[in-house]
Amino acid sequence: MIEAVGLTKRYGAKTAVYNLSFQVRPGTVTGFLGPNGSGKSTTMRMILGLDQPSAGHVTIGGYPYNKLPNAPRQVGALLDAKAMHGGRAARNHLLCLAQLAGIPARRVDEVLGVVGLQDVAKKRSKGFSLGMGQRLGIAAALLGDPQVLLFDEPVNGLDPEGILWVRNLMKSLAAEGRTVFVSSHLMSEMALTAEHLIVIGRGQLMADMSVQEFIARNSADFARVRVPDGPDAGGAAREKLTAALTEAGGQVLPEQDGALRVTGLPLPRISDLAHGADVRLWELSPHQASLEEAYMRMTQGAVDYRSTTDQRAGLQQPLPPGAVPPAQMPVPGQGQSGWYAPPPPQPHQPGQPMQQVQQVQQVQQGHNPYAAPQQPPAGPAPTTAPAPAPAPTMDKDAR
Amino acid sequence: MSTPPPPSAAPQQQPPVLAGPGAGYASPIPVRRAHLGDALASEWTKIRTVRSTMWTLGVMILLMLGIGFAAAAAVSASDAEPPSGSDLLSLGFFGVLLGSICVITLGVLTIASEYGTGMIRTTMTACSSRNRVLAAKAIVFFGLVFVLTTLMAALVAVIQSAMVDSAGSPSGSAWFKATVGVGLFVALLGLLGLAVGTLVRHSAGAITIMIGLVLLPLVLALFMFASSLHSVRQALLEYSIPSQLIVLYGNSLGGGSGPTGWEPLWIVGGATVVALGAAFFTLNQRDV
Repeated sequence: MIEAVGLTKRYGAKTAVYNLSFQVRPGTVTGFLGPNGSGKSTTMRMILGLDQPSAGHVTIGGYPYNKLPNAPRQVGALLDAKAMHGGRAARNHLLCLAQLAGIPARRVDEVLGVVGLQDVAKKRSKGFSLGMGQRLGIAAALLGDPQVLLFDEPVNGLDPEGILWVRNLMKSLAAEGRTVFVSSHLMSEMALTAEHLIVIGRGQLMADMSVQEFIARNSADFARVRVPDGPDAGGAAREKLTAALTEAGGQVLPEQDGALRVTGLPLPRISDLAHGADVRLWELSPHQASLEEAYMRMTQGAVDYRSTTDQRAGLQQPLPPGAVPPAQMPVPGQGQSGWYAPPPPQPHQPGQPMQQVQQVQQVQQGHNPYAAPQQPPAGPAPTTAPAPAPAPTMDKDAR
Repeated sequence: MSTPPPPSAAPQQQPPVLAGPGAGYASPIPVRRAHLGDALASEWTKIRTVRSTMWTLGVMILLMLGIGFAAAAAVSASDAEPPSGSDLLSLGFFGVLLGSICVITLGVLTIASEYGTGMIRTTMTACSSRNRVLAAKAIVFFGLVFVLTTLMAALVAVIQSAMVDSAGSPSGSAWFKATVGVGLFVALLGLLGLAVGTLVRHSAGAITIMIGLVLLPLVLALFMFASSLHSVRQALLEYSIPSQLIVLYGNSLGGGSGPTGWEPLWIVGGATVVALGAAFFTLNQRDV
């Protein structure tokens, strides 16, 4: 059981973690998600007593890590796959850690077998690949056979077989009644591994709930509707259908390839409305937004490092007169935001049709209607006491 | 390991095991409290399983032996009158001085390489008492270097006294000072390097600082010709590390008014204690 209360860490003027409170329970794999630089590793280091929190505290089983009796027998951690002396052989690396924690030396060979590194036990870890380094780090975490396990990005650099192995390892460790806390920036991986999620962005808690609840709250089911898009009929048919669906209380969003995303209406009703509006349908399919989409949408306003489109402006040959510059196809995730699943329908939203039109216009202008309302880019001001709530706060059920 | 469940976003419904008292996982491996002895064993494993230890100490042995041989051969071949007993022992001085730079490097690397590689976080997770880790490092390093330097100094002195005809044999206390005293002096110097490495947390930076500390004062003093700087020059000549080392051989660079007898050990020991105290303090204060 890991319990953080009001955890805050400042580095000078930069606030890495702000007022973070959560619990990690035994018996389940808890995923710890956030974009790069959101404070995941800092939080992990504070849990392990390596970094001193600026405010708040974090305990493991009721004790701060430094006061924990026999800490290495109760907590094991993988912080960084390369956090070892490269010149030392794998077995000697584990041996010195085992000796430091008072663990019998034969345990070293056991964990080497568990992670599958017996054959390279005598090799210096300098020559290890990232995946082998991860395995050695996991072996170090398992040395003390601890009740609480922390893994920071354990699947980085692993091959598919290794990823599957880590996934099953986490689940089996949790099934034995251990507390397993795994950080990642890969939502898809967490969806397969974790049962509970803690999501942070810019060092603040954004969600603390089960995976299913996270999906239910953050991604609505939607229908994809496609109408014939001939040169004559397409635009008119789409507008007619959009009007009919909006009137019936649905929310309609155009997709990039000309299809429509409809939420708030069951599929048969959409079919009926299309029939009533005399519009033929080429596609009417049910979809569920993936966890990845829900996560991307939630953390969109909290991404610190966002790429821009590579303009190559200074290097391009001047276009011959009259030539049209090639259209830049927007690539998802590159310099362009938005195109994630629509948010779940909010029951109390006055003036929906109006807002809908605005949203559609915004989408056509390339804005993202779901992006957090323009937050100041810096994190919370380090001195002012009450935190400005992050826009998509979902911690209502934070226990 | 169980077979993987089919990949799906919805995990199987499983009521979470609630954390009641005594709930959770209990390891079958017997739990016992770790102590300083465990940390010493761990640090001994660490120091013997990296090549930098072999390199630095190997080079130190080669330097002490090689320079000792060369000095003895040069003196025995020259036509000058045979050296006195205490001068005979001081033939080992240059080998020890250069060897001490290897020891300082090893002392710095003992802790700074952990910072450089990130190993320090793994170490401090495996032992939450930072004092215990640093104490174990200091004890293991000091013990290793003291024993090795003392043995080497004694070996070199025996070889030299066999090669060179001297005008009298050195006294027992001179022998003791030139072996155990020199061993202590070099080991304390290495420990100072370890403390500086803990404070600076950067191998190259700490090694540079330490080598500057050892060699620079004497080099500076050699170029201070102005009479107004005479007192500074005198102090540098008397208290620089090489000058203090040569005092242990019964000689003096500063003309005899500086430290004598065992005093160099107290001076270097005092500096090491202060630096080590600062190292313990900052280690506990700072984030790892």
